[in-house]
Amino acid sequence: MKQLLAYLKNYKKECVFAPLFKMLEAIFELLVPLVMAAVIDKGIANHDIPYIVKMCLVMVFLGIIGLISSVTAQYFAAKAATGFGTGVRHALFSHIQRLSFTNLDKAGTATLITRMTSDVNQAQNGVNMVLRLFLRSPFIVFGAMIMAFTIDVRSAMVFVITIPLLSIVVFGVMYVSIPLYKKVQNRLDSVTLSTRENLTGVRVIRAFHLEEEEKEKYQEKNQELTKMQMFVGKISGLMNPVTYVIINGATAYLIYVGALQVDTGVITQGEVVALVNYMSQILVELIKLANLIVTVTKAIACCNRIESILEIPEGERELKREVREELPQEADEMVVFSHVGLTYENAGAESLTDITFSAKKGETIGIIGGTGSGKTSLVHLIPGFYPHTAGSIRIDGKQIESYSSEELRDMVGIVMQKAVLFAGSIRKNLCWGKTDATEEELTEALRIAQAYEVVEKKEGKLEAEVAQGGKNFSGGQKQRLTIARALVKKPKILILDDSASALDYATDAALRRAIAGMKEQPTVFIVSQRASSIQYADKILVLDDGELAGIGTHKELLQTCGVYQEIYYSQFPEKKQKGAE
Amino acid sequence: MSKMNDKQMTTLKKLLSYIKKYTPLITLSLIFAAVSSILTLYVPILTGRAVDCIVSAGNVNFAGIFGVIRQIIIVILLTAAAQWLMNICNNRITYQVVRDMRMDAFSKIEILPLKYLDAHSYGELVSRVIADADQVAEGLLMGFTQLFTGIITIVGTLIFMVTINYKIALVVICITPISLFVAAFIAKRTFSMFRMQSETRGEQTALIEEMISNQKVVQAFRQEDNVLSQFDKINERLGEYSLKATFFSSITNPSTRFINSLVYTGVGIFGAVSAVMGRITVGQLASFLSYANQYTKPFNEISGVVTELQNALACAGRILDLIEETPQVEEDADAVTLDHAKGNVTLEHVDFSYVKDQHLIEDFNLVVKPGERVAIVGPTGCGKTTLINLLMRFYDAEGGSIKVDGEDIRHLTRKSLRTSYGMVLQETWLREGTILENIKMGVKDATREQVIEAAKASHAHSFIKRLPQGYDTVITEDGGGLSQGQKQLLCITRVMLSLPPMLILDEATSSIDTRTEIRIQNAFAKMMQGRTSFIVAHRLSTIKEADIILVMKDGHIIEQGNHETLLAKNGFYATLYNSQFIQSEDAAN
Repeated sequence: MKQLLAYLKNYKKECVFAPLFKMLEAIFELLVPLVMAAVIDKGIANHDIPYIVKMCLVMVFLGIIGLISSVTAQYFAAKAATGFGTGVRHALFSHIQRLSFTNLDKAGTATLITRMTSDVNQAQNGVNMVLRLFLRSPFIVFGAMIMAFTIDVRSAMVFVITIPLLSIVVFGVMYVSIPLYKKVQNRLDSVTLSTRENLTGVRVIRAFHLEEEEKEKYQEKNQELTKMQMFVGKISGLMNPVTYVIINGATAYLIYVGALQVDTGVITQGEVVALVNYMSQILVELIKLANLIVTVTKAIACCNRIESILEIPEGERELKREVREELPQEADEMVVFSHVGLTYENAGAESLTDITFSAKKGETIGIIGGTGSGKTSLVHLIPGFYPHTAGSIRIDGKQIESYSSEELRDMVGIVMQKAVLFAGSIRKNLCWGKTDATEEELTEALRIAQAYEVVEKKEGKLEAEVAQGGKNFSGGQKQRLTIARALVKKPKILILDDSASALDYATDAALRRAIAGMKEQPTVFIVSQRASSIQYADKILVLDDGELAGIGTHKELLQTCGVYQEIYYSQFPEKKQKGAE
Repeated sequence: MSKMNDKQMTTLKKLLSYIKKYTPLITLSLIFAAVSSILTLYVPILTGRAVDCIVSAGNVNFAGIFGVIRQIIIVILLTAAAQWLMNICNNRITYQVVRDMRMDAFSKIEILPLKYLDAHSYGELVSRVIADADQVAEGLLMGFTQLFTGIITIVGTLIFMVTINYKIALVVICITPISLFVAAFIAKRTFSMFRMQSETRGEQTALIEEMISNQKVVQAFRQEDNVLSQFDKINERLGEYSLKATFFSSITNPSTRFINSLVYTGVGIFGAVSAVMGRITVGQLASFLSYANQYTKPFNEISGVVTELQNALACAGRILDLIEETPQVEEDADAVTLDHAKGNVTLEHVDFSYVKDQHLIEDFNLVVKPGERVAIVGPTGCGKTTLINLLMRFYDAEGGSIKVDGEDIRHLTRKSLRTSYGMVLQETWLREGTILENIKMGVKDATREQVIEAAKASHAHSFIKRLPQGYDTVITEDGGGLSQGQKQLLCITRVMLSLPPMLILDEATSSIDTRTEIRIQNAFAKMMQGRTSFIVAHRLSTIKEADIILVMKDGHIIEQGNHETLLAKNGFYATLYNSQFIQSEDAAN
């Protein structure tokens, strides 16, 4: 909470003035019953019509001043609140931009999006409401009581009793009903889940003919929800009648006390009317105050959630370990792994164990293995997305730790499994690789990525619009464009993480040929499930359950590596027959 | 209400038919509402009378005061009781009406044709059943509690005021509309600002979702600063619009309060002057003042209710549209139950299209003998799943007929047709519950041993037993912690357990690595023995052994035959097959 308050620092003036002007408004509002009392006691009692008119003009004047101060207050409150929201949003977004991959995984995309949107909005709203009401409502409630004291102490005692009583009822009902509302929400969630399940699983449900059973289950859940709603309704429905009884009961008692006091000449008739008026002002403000407290609790919860994100340390690669002794290395080695292991945070076991290999400049390395065998984890270590937890990695002759993450990411062009394009033009998307890429550079990258004709066919060519998420491109087109984007970067190391899966075999082959023919050949890592995609690689790494099951060329592996044989023959059964012959 | 158009009228009528069931409750609610609002209005009059009993020192009518106070207490208690009972009635009506609507909507979802469901996004349908229904509830509740009491209060106040003094009443009646006018004026101004705010907010949310969902790509290309500056531009704009919208909308309350104070002052002047002239008493003036304080409230409430009700009607319209959607074709009264299907499937002159006049399948003929294996091959998006839709009768063929064991499937009960097939789809579907429950979905009375046996056959047993609670591990909706491959294994186990006479496998092993796949294939092969099966797959090697291969392209079946005849034909299948074949030749060289 404290940390976020810093974003109000630029709005100190607003934060002081808003409640102050609100208080001013409240003061003027509290004066009105007194003026009215004067009208009754002096004007009416003395038949003094000019006095009445004068006093009424005073009331209008009070109203105008009240209006002005209130509007001023609202302006300051709105300004502080929106300024706060804008500031927090910026800070949060910029913070998320700098989170490490480990922390991004931990926080989760959905959570981050909610924090950025609805949580910030609620926090902003909370600030606004607090600035507007946190002085006004208590001020009117207690102000009314104080005004009553200025009129008559004995009558004021009625206020002293009523206010706590009302507070107990208002806050009590809320205290009881809020957890119940949470229960309602849980039941509603379960109804929602049922509805969604029946839509997403409609084919399975119908295939197993479960429609009737599902209806029965739904009816049950729906009924439970309704029961809970009616129960909560019964309790929160108590608030109005009970407060009504208290306020009016107090008024009746006030009249009685007032009558006694008037009879002994302590106060006047007009003052009794004023007291009754004060009584009726209390209730409205007390309910506002109760609602304010709910809003504020929610806003505080939101603020805490936002802060928990801001508290995640921004990531340079987290594990900066001491740079170990340099091992002797041949000059043309680009990537060297020696006994590398990787344990993800909070994971029980290693995801990669004892990986040792080296890749020379310009070589193509194929990586193959079953689902979950650690292929992606391995290539993610190269641009330093995750810190390795054992062994050492050297890139271009230096320990990976000696590079900043910016340097590493500039060296490495990666095409991820999920092909993602962003809203904007094709050119904008490609220029992510290199902001000032020339026309020639773009064309070359497109040609290598086999994406040239994709762009040529689009209306507007490079300027063609890309819809959000690249929805207006097919899977294969997106993959080729993301490959082009990585190529525009002219990286020293190019990683294709299963990024040709949507391409047909011919295009896949053409792509690999084009990469092989590049002028400044990068070191290429190709991750694939398809044996055909990696079998010409200079070196193939076969991963099995996070360990290196084999390393070598296609031919070598086919002779020596059981896992590779199994994968290969499962995809090319006819080869097995040939081999057997 | 003049804004109400025909559509809203019909929606309202339908909504009323839902409410009709609760007529007794509604009558009660209306009675309680009338009682409580009239009694509420009576209190200021009593208070006024009491004030009149208190004139000055030594001049206080205590007997009168006690009488009035007694009356006040009775009235208060009655009012509170009536209010509470009204609340309870309203709650009951609202939540039960919404429950009924939800149930109807859900029942309709269960019998809607797939054609409708596939054409609508699930999110949208869920939001109709959940969010829209909630909105209806809120609108109805507000409508019931505030609309009726509001009207009675306004009318009642008028009557009470007029009976006390019609001239002062006239003052109130004349000034009040200004308050409504001001509120409407501000609302109109703020509306456009709110729209700007929500548009910009939408724009920003879109950017947030796009970038944060792909944060890793952003960072891999070091676009953090670039993205941040994009974000900041929108954020600045949002800040401005937000300030305007927040500020202008927050003027409403002070302004109406100000008008209200004008009313109060007006009543003060006229009342006081009348009191001086002896036309009314001070107590009556006090009653007037408290009316003046409350009079604008029901107006504001009603205008709030009207917008809320219109919103609720729009929402009700959306659910009712769903409820009234045409369900799938009813089963024939004399529909036959398919029992122990032999697996003879014939398609005769089948025509089908998703979109009118865009024929997908035309004059399609196919004869599958019991126990035969049919493979469906083709590039992604070529309509392979369409055939499955037709076989399972998720969609009905438009022309021709599909027969199982010689009986037209339109003349079979859906239940018996569908349970005759075991289906594993590419998109796995699991529900919240234990692993055991998920596997037993098709065979409710299966024993634990049977389930384990099926899981062993599908090679799911080894990963299930490693889960924290084994078969009793609860998985979240859509399988949460499980990998795509593991989810597929569970779906396969589900079918292994129910052992239906025919099988449909739609890319059932697409997410399973090739080694496990081979093991499962063996299990499938065992299972498919003697069972008619339809297999969609993209790995040509798994298809070679099929008895019939259907080659589809762009929604059409372009070739049909077995592996040898299709290769000999040297058509599309041959090209597909060779592209893989030749590549492997390359490598060998």
